[in-house]
Amino acid sequence: MALIELKGIERVFQLGDAAVHALAGLDLRIDNGEYVAVMGPSGSGKSTLLNLLGLLDRPNSGTYRLEGRDVTTLSADEQARVRSERIGFVFQSFHLVPRLTAAENIALPMMLAGIPARERNARVARALAGFGLENRADHRPDQLSGGQRQRVAIARATIMQPALILADEPTGNLDRHTGDEVVNLLESLNAGGVTLIVVTHDQAMGARARRRIVMEDGRIDHDSSHAPG
Amino acid sequence: MRLADTLRFARDAAAGYPLRTALSVLAMSIGVAAVVILTALGDGARRYVVGQFASIGTNLVIVLPGRSGTGGFNPANAITTTPRDLTIDDAAALLRAAGVRRVAPLAVGTSEISFGGRLREVMVAGSVSDFLPIRNFELVQGSGLPDDDWSRGAPVAVIGATIRDELFGGEPAVGKLVRVGDRRLRVVGVLKPVGQGLGLNTDELVIVPVALAQAMFNSNTLFRILIEATSREAIPEVKERALEILRQRHRGEEDVTVITQDAILATFDKLLGTLTLGVAGIAAISLAVAGILVMNVMLVAVTQRTGEIGLLKALGAPARTIRLAFLTEAAMLSTVGALLGYLLGESGAFALRQFFPVFPAYPPDWAVIAGLGTALVTGLLFGVMPARRAARLDPVQALMKH
Repeated sequence: MALIELKGIERVFQLGDAAVHALAGLDLRIDNGEYVAVMGPSGSGKSTLLNLLGLLDRPNSGTYRLEGRDVTTLSADEQARVRSERIGFVFQSFHLVPRLTAAENIALPMMLAGIPARERNARVARALAGFGLENRADHRPDQLSGGQRQRVAIARATIMQPALILADEPTGNLDRHTGDEVVNLLESLNAGGVTLIVVTHDQAMGARARRRIVMEDGRIDHDSSHAPG
Repeated sequence: MRLADTLRFARDAAAGYPLRTALSVLAMSIGVAAVVILTALGDGARRYVVGQFASIGTNLVIVLPGRSGTGGFNPANAITTTPRDLTIDDAAALLRAAGVRRVAPLAVGTSEISFGGRLREVMVAGSVSDFLPIRNFELVQGSGLPDDDWSRGAPVAVIGATIRDELFGGEPAVGKLVRVGDRRLRVVGVLKPVGQGLGLNTDELVIVPVALAQAMFNSNTLFRILIEATSREAIPEVKERALEILRQRHRGEEDVTVITQDAILATFDKLLGTLTLGVAGIAAISLAVAGILVMNVMLVAVTQRTGEIGLLKALGAPARTIRLAFLTEAAMLSTVGALLGYLLGESGAFALRQFFPVFPAYPPDWAVIAGLGTALVTGLLFGVMPARRAARLDPVQALMKH
């Protein structure tokens, strides 16, 4: 079953007089439970694609169906609700709130969604245990290592049990060893049924994905699920 | 987001930037403290003056020679323009008017008092026995002026406490003979010390019978006639009657001015009340400034926390939640500042009262409520713009700033 269906997606940025087509006539279908790496040089449109898939950005034209529902026409607040319930983000620079502890950072999406504190605490405790962060619950981000920070960020991305995880260069700020740990963690989530889309420059990491999409000038240059060409 | 979570989030955010938070709280508290202290000063002045005026007597109606203000054309004025003097007989005539409880004629002059080689200049008030109760004067020793015919000037005097101290030191004064001007008077009473009151220091006053004073100063005119009405309600009627009686006695010429203590009180009350209001208005400007500072602080917060706002949006926070979080933070800053300022202002007013015990520096309730209210409203009002700006941020742009 299709989780994501993009049809004729255009995204144009106006830079001075010039119109830059960040995405040009993009068609893409990603099924439930897939593990996709989006690759390509800088400026190829892969970040724009990720923002679009995450409902952080709107296309100029085309339709985006998420779980069969057209989400391009939703209001900003309705899109926020979809992000809250169905999409988890993992960023290159972690994006943890510096004044909140690890546990509070993980609980943030539940707090924003208005889930009562008692349930939050139970779920955060399970997540901390699941990600090996039990001893770091009360640490602030500046007291955590890079790998631990990204684990907190991944715990936060999964705490609302989303259908889709969007990871933007999740290992970009980590050394190879910690990076591998983080990728293993993401892959284990994917093994649990969550659809995983990773944007990366890293060929080795891209190679681990079951499906690779290479972008070039706002178009899909190569998609490993189709015949090469 | 739940209310408790919103409050906690805003609190943590404010606590996360202690210097900025402390500065805006300080600004707000100074604004509120200014309102509280300045209105305490203004209202203290009002209470002080009104209290002083109230202490000169109860239900007083005062007659002054000469006419002030305009009363239209009076044929009598065309013939004689010199006002007639007020006389002791005029005062005696007022005794018969309905609603009058007591009347005291008052003649005033300066003279010298001496005893046992010590000499000083004094203010001499010539009056009658009812003068003391009308002016609420109390005696510490002896008795007041004799209650006899007003035209008889018995050679007696009631002296103020300071004069007693200066002339007699620790010795008893009552019964002693003192020299006032070129007359020898027997001291019959000593006034209770009350201190300075509206220009006339009663502690340095010598009170003698009115006829004696007129003889000493070689004049038959009065400085004032003090009338005490039977009740507050009787005051306007007494004023009318006094004017009428004196006009008749002065051949139809209205050559006196009658003022009532109530009118003076009301005037001062209104005047100083307006002053307090004006001072409060000036202080309120500092509140507006504090509000603008809170806005600045929140705008800086939005800029500084752009990445965090982008994150909150990515995590599914609707615009309303972000608006509310920032608005709550602004409201918190101004609430804490307002409460702190209130405490600061109250302790400032307390300190004022400690240093100047005669000055009742209490902030009026309306000023406290208005000050706190203005602080909260400006804090919220100036918090709206930054909060809206935060909520409107584009999440993609915001996330890139980290």
